[in-house]
Amino acid sequence: MEVLHQVLQQLINGISLGSIYALIALGYTMIYGIIKLINFAHGDIYMVGAYIGFFAITQVHLPIVPSLLISLVVTGALGMLVERLAYKPLRHAPRISVLITAIGVSFFLEYTTMYFVSPTPRTFPAMFGDVAVTIDSLGGIVINGQQMLILGITAVLMVILTYIVQRTKTGKAMRAASFDTETAELMGINSDRIISITFGIGSALAAVAGVLVGIYYNSIDPLMGIMPGLKAFVAAVLGGIGILPGAVVGGLILGVVEAFVSGFISSTFRDAAAFAILILVLLVRPTGIFGKNTKEKV
Amino acid sequence: MNFSKQSLKLASVFIGTMLMGGVLAGCGSQSDSNEIKVGANFEMTGNVANYGSATLDGLKLAIDEINDAGGVDGKKITLVTADNKSEASEAVNAATKLISDDKVSVLVGPAVTANVIAESQVATDNKVPIIAPDATSPDVTVENGKVKPFVFRSCFIDPQQGTVMAKFASENLKAKTAVIYVDNSTDYSKSLGKVFKEKFEAAGGKVVMEEAFLAKDQDFKATLTKIKTANADVIFVPAYYEEVGKIVKQARELGITSPILGTDGWDDSKVTDIAGADALNNTYFSTHYSDKDESVKPFVEAFQKKYGHMPNVFAALGYDAGKMLADAIKRAGSADPEKIQKALEETKDLKVGTGTITMDKNHNPIKQAVILENKNGDRVMVAKIMPEE
Repeated sequence: MEVLHQVLQQLINGISLGSIYALIALGYTMIYGIIKLINFAHGDIYMVGAYIGFFAITQVHLPIVPSLLISLVVTGALGMLVERLAYKPLRHAPRISVLITAIGVSFFLEYTTMYFVSPTPRTFPAMFGDVAVTIDSLGGIVINGQQMLILGITAVLMVILTYIVQRTKTGKAMRAASFDTETAELMGINSDRIISITFGIGSALAAVAGVLVGIYYNSIDPLMGIMPGLKAFVAAVLGGIGILPGAVVGGLILGVVEAFVSGFISSTFRDAAAFAILILVLLVRPTGIFGKNTKEKV
Repeated sequence: MNFSKQSLKLASVFIGTMLMGGVLAGCGSQSDSNEIKVGANFEMTGNVANYGSATLDGLKLAIDEINDAGGVDGKKITLVTADNKSEASEAVNAATKLISDDKVSVLVGPAVTANVIAESQVATDNKVPIIAPDATSPDVTVENGKVKPFVFRSCFIDPQQGTVMAKFASENLKAKTAVIYVDNSTDYSKSLGKVFKEKFEAAGGKVVMEEAFLAKDQDFKATLTKIKTANADVIFVPAYYEEVGKIVKQARELGITSPILGTDGWDDSKVTDIAGADALNNTYFSTHYSDKDESVKPFVEAFQKKYGHMPNVFAALGYDAGKMLADAIKRAGSADPEKIQKALEETKDLKVGTGTITMDKNHNPIKQAVILENKNGDRVMVAKIMPEE
C-alpha cells in the first residue's frame, strides 16, 4: 500500500512537471518541423513569457486569464520578430550558422532581460488559495489546485493546436511547408508567412508554460529557461522531433521518468536520467517514438 | 596602389604613438595620492548575479559612508568594479585586470566560495590582499592546512553554522532523526551538509536520508515525496533562498509538517515571498544578524534610505567587508597592499554593521551567529551564539 501510494503520488508529480515540458517541447518541434532548426532560444522565449505575465499581473493588476492572453500575444510577436531579424536572413545559409545564431539569440535574451529586470528572482502574488485535494482512500495522495490548472490549460491548448494544424487552411499550409518547402511555394503558399506564424504559435505556447510555471512554483528569474529548454528538447527528440503528438508524449514520459528516478533511485541521478534518455534515443531510434524511418532520396 | 603603402606607414606611426601614450599614461596613474583604489570583483551577471550584486550594494554603501565622513586619512576610497560573470575563470581575469591595470591596493569579492578560491592564487602571486565578504567555506583561507597569507574573509565559516544547527536540532528540538537535502551544485551546501551530519550523529542523532538537487531546479516534489516517507524529526536544507522558498512551499503542499532547518542562505525576504508565511512556520535558520537587533539598526536604516528596500544577508556582509577594509587601510596608514595585509591580520574588536569581529590566525573572523525562527511571516531570534574557541 505504501509503495502504491508512492507510485501514484510520483505519477501525479511527474505528469504536472511533464505537461510543462510538453508545452515547451511543442514549440521546439513545430519550429524544427518547418525549418529544421533547433531553436535554442526557445527556453528563453518561455522565460520572457513568464516575465510579461508577471508584469501584467503585478504592475497592471490584471487577473490571470487576461494576463495569460497578453503574454501569449506579446511573446508570440517576439518569436516572430526573432525569426524575422535573426533567422530569416540565414534562410539559405548552412544549418550550423543558424544553430549558432540561435545560441546567440538565447544569450541575448537572457542577459537583456537580466539588464532590465535585474537578476533577482521575482515572485508572483498568491492567486489561488491553497486548494488541494487529498485522497485519503489512497493513503493521502495530494493533488493541488495549480497542478490541475496546469493539466487543464495544457489539455485545452493541445485541442486548439490540433484543430489549427489539422483543420484550418494555415495548418494545412504549415504541414505542406514542413513536408517540402519548395514544392509548397510552387503551389502558391507563402512559406515566409507560414514560418513566421509557426514561430508565433510556438512562442505563444512557451509563454503560457512560462506564466504557469511562475504561478505554480512562484518564482521566475532571467535564467529560468535554460534547463527546461534543454529538457523540452530531450522531450521533443524522444517523441520524434517535428511530430506534434510526439512532443506531448515525450514531455509527459520525461516528467514521469524524472519523478520516478528522484523518488525511487536517487535525486542526484535525475538529470543524468533525462540526458541518458536523449543519448539512448539518438543511438537506438533517432527518429523518436512516433518517427517514421524515411529513406533519403538521392 | 602606391597610395596604400604610404597610408600603411602613416597608420603604423600613428598606432605606435598611441601605444606609447598608453604606456606613459599607465605610469602616471598610481602617483595620484588623493585616492585609494579598491577592486570589487563581483558576480554582476551570470547565474549567481543576485548574490554578487547584493554584496556590491552593501559594499558601496560602506564606502560612501566612509568617503562622506572624509575618507581615510583625508584620502577618498575609489571603488573599481569588475564583473566576473559568475565564472571562476572570469574571476581570475577580473582580478588580474584589477591588479595590473587598475593597480588596486586591495580586492573585495567575489561572493561565492568557488570564485574566491580561483582568484586567490593571482592575489597571492601579486601580494595584494583579498577580503571575501560571503565565502563561508573553510577552504577559502586555508589550503593544505596552511593559511593563505593574502586571503581574508569578513564572515563566519561553515563548520560554525553546521555545528550550531546540529546542536540546535538535537538539544532544542530534541530531534533523533534528520534528513539532509543539499544543493549539489554549490560547495557551500555540500560542505554544510557534511558538517551537520558529523555533528548531529556525534550528538547521538541519526541521518536517515540524504538527497540532493541542483540550483535553478523548479520542481522538488518527487524528492520531497520520498523524503516524506522517511518521517524524520527535522529536515536540514542548507541552500540559497530561491530554491529554499520553493522547497518549503512544496514540502508543505505535500503535507510534510516536520521542522525544516537551514543556514544563512535562507536569509532573504524572498523566501517568505516564494513559500508564503504559513508554509514557513516551524522553520529555523542560522545567520549573521537579526534586523531586530538594536546594534544592526543603523545599517538597516542607511541601506533602506539608499536603495529603498531591506538589505539581505549578502548586502549586510558586503557592508561589513567595506568597514573592515577601511579600518585596515586606516591602521596601515598607506595604500601599500602589504601594509594593508598586515593591518588586516591585526583586526581586533572591530565594530561592523552586523556585530564585532576579531581576526583569528586562519584569517577567519570570530563573529557571532544567530538562529532565527520564521513565525507567521516574521522572524524571531531564538538564540545568539558566540563561536567556541
